[in-house]
Amino acid sequence: MALDKTEVEKIAHLARLHISESETEEVTTRITDILTLIDQMQSVDTEAVEPLAHPLDLVQRLRADEITEENQRDRLQQLAPASEDGLYLVPKVLE
Amino acid sequence: MINSTVAEISAALAAGDISSVEITQAYLDRIATLNGELNAFITVCEDSALLQAKAADDARANGNDSPLLGIPLAHKDIFCTKDILTTCGSRMLHNFVSPYNATVVERFIDAGTVLLGKTNMDEFAMGSSNETSFFGDVKNPWNTECVPGGSSGGSAAAVAADLCAMATGTDTGGSIRQPAAFCGVTGIKPSYGRVSRWGMIAFASSLDQAGPITKSAEDAALMLNVMSGLDKKDSTSIDRPAEDFTASLNQPLKGLRIGVPKQHFAEGLSMEVEQAVRDALAEYEKLGAVIKEVDLTNSHLSVSAYYVIAPAEASANLSRFDGVRYGYRCEDPVDLEDMYKRTRSEGFGEEVKRRIMVGTYALSAGFYDAYYRKAQKIRRLIADDFDRAFEEVDVIIGPTSPHTAFKLGSKSDPVSMYLEDIYTIAVNLAGLPAASIPVGIANGLPMGMQIIGKYFDEAKILNVAHQFQQHTDWHKQKATAITAASGES
Repeated sequence: MALDKTEVEKIAHLARLHISESETEEVTTRITDILTLIDQMQSVDTEAVEPLAHPLDLVQRLRADEITEENQRDRLQQLAPASEDGLYLVPKVLE
Repeated sequence: MINSTVAEISAALAAGDISSVEITQAYLDRIATLNGELNAFITVCEDSALLQAKAADDARANGNDSPLLGIPLAHKDIFCTKDILTTCGSRMLHNFVSPYNATVVERFIDAGTVLLGKTNMDEFAMGSSNETSFFGDVKNPWNTECVPGGSSGGSAAAVAADLCAMATGTDTGGSIRQPAAFCGVTGIKPSYGRVSRWGMIAFASSLDQAGPITKSAEDAALMLNVMSGLDKKDSTSIDRPAEDFTASLNQPLKGLRIGVPKQHFAEGLSMEVEQAVRDALAEYEKLGAVIKEVDLTNSHLSVSAYYVIAPAEASANLSRFDGVRYGYRCEDPVDLEDMYKRTRSEGFGEEVKRRIMVGTYALSAGFYDAYYRKAQKIRRLIADDFDRAFEEVDVIIGPTSPHTAFKLGSKSDPVSMYLEDIYTIAVNLAGLPAASIPVGIANGLPMGMQIIGKYFDEAKILNVAHQFQQHTDWHKQKATAITAASGES
């Protein structure tokens, strides 16, 4: 199915992506091409078919709810673009 | 010695003919000479590699005789490596030094291997040509105007050009097999769940699987012995008894039933590749195998189903890249939403953004049944096709890719790139194991043959591959472009 620019802008927002005005047309065309490829699967009747989520029908393994990791907060926060006093910093959310 | 197989290097190390430090230095020298041209490595770990090699030599002197002890390898840059840059081919992680090791990495450390460096790849493993990497294209060592395939293009090129003895790769829709075919090396995607995904940066979690890229099937068996096995940190890892994949390599193929899918020999397949695979099938018949046509009726739907499932899972997996905890963050965000949007738009490349958007669309309100659920139903039909075929045959053989490596920059529209993986994608949807091995050369470029097996039948695939390599020498052919460039004979 063909998308229009408004729909592409909506999807971009849902995905938290910024698409500039100059890119919108090309992005719309490319994604429409991909959706056309995808739509080939609509040609098959799958009414009676059970969806397959995982190739082997296995049951999720569970474990005891115990702490097994050591606290590495300081080390992990060294990777952050901005952190202070053990907190991750982001732009102000509340005025 | 650098052009030898892992098995040969292992024997030479055991016999004391060479030390790990010597062979490691030889690979580092080769990387220094050729990586500028091939761009197969993003990071080279020269100092730590030599320390690990020295440690391996010391361990051997103390009686350690592990088969991979002191063997130099490369990891695809999708595997987290502690204190080493781990980029996943993306600007988003251009500065990410992992605080921990992936389970696969940990296992190779325990086996005493030497890490030469991290190999280039399509960004977040999304691509079939290695052209989506933020760190530049990888060149095919057979012809540097051609792509090496993708997404494990750096690993395949590095093995083909003798920049390492062996390498890891990952395969979500063909990312081990297709570059192995394009670069004339051996690669195997194991059964889903065979190898731990912990610490392997996620693309599409129900499809991703790590595997070896090597110079022979025997080497792939040696690597798989180390890589596979239960990991409690990965809830999809399968609990099965440990297996020695080298044990059945020499089993005779008399009576082996080979299925040939007619859909893999249809329109779009190049004459050269078809001929090479048919010649290989004739070779198998000489070895006592029986050829039988099989019908993978729904295989033409695999690409369309895959391009719903993989992007949908990717859009969820890649939502973690938000500029808060690690990786890239945009300059001077005005508010939180601006930070998320600009970080992600600047940090991700075009192809990654496209797939995130396709996946977001497929999962969005009102479209879930028409896309994701429908694709999962198609996935069932594809898996059922294989189940039926495997009632009558032991392995399925066909081409890995419809043609040889294409020119850099020649496939600019995404859909034509997606169709590159037409023979490999169905295998991931079904979760089956499959290898690609060299099967011929056309116009100076190698061609690959795909061997698909039943669930957990990697040993059979490797047996079938190894027997072919005992009777042919396609896997021993060397990449011509770089051999000339480096002045070696």
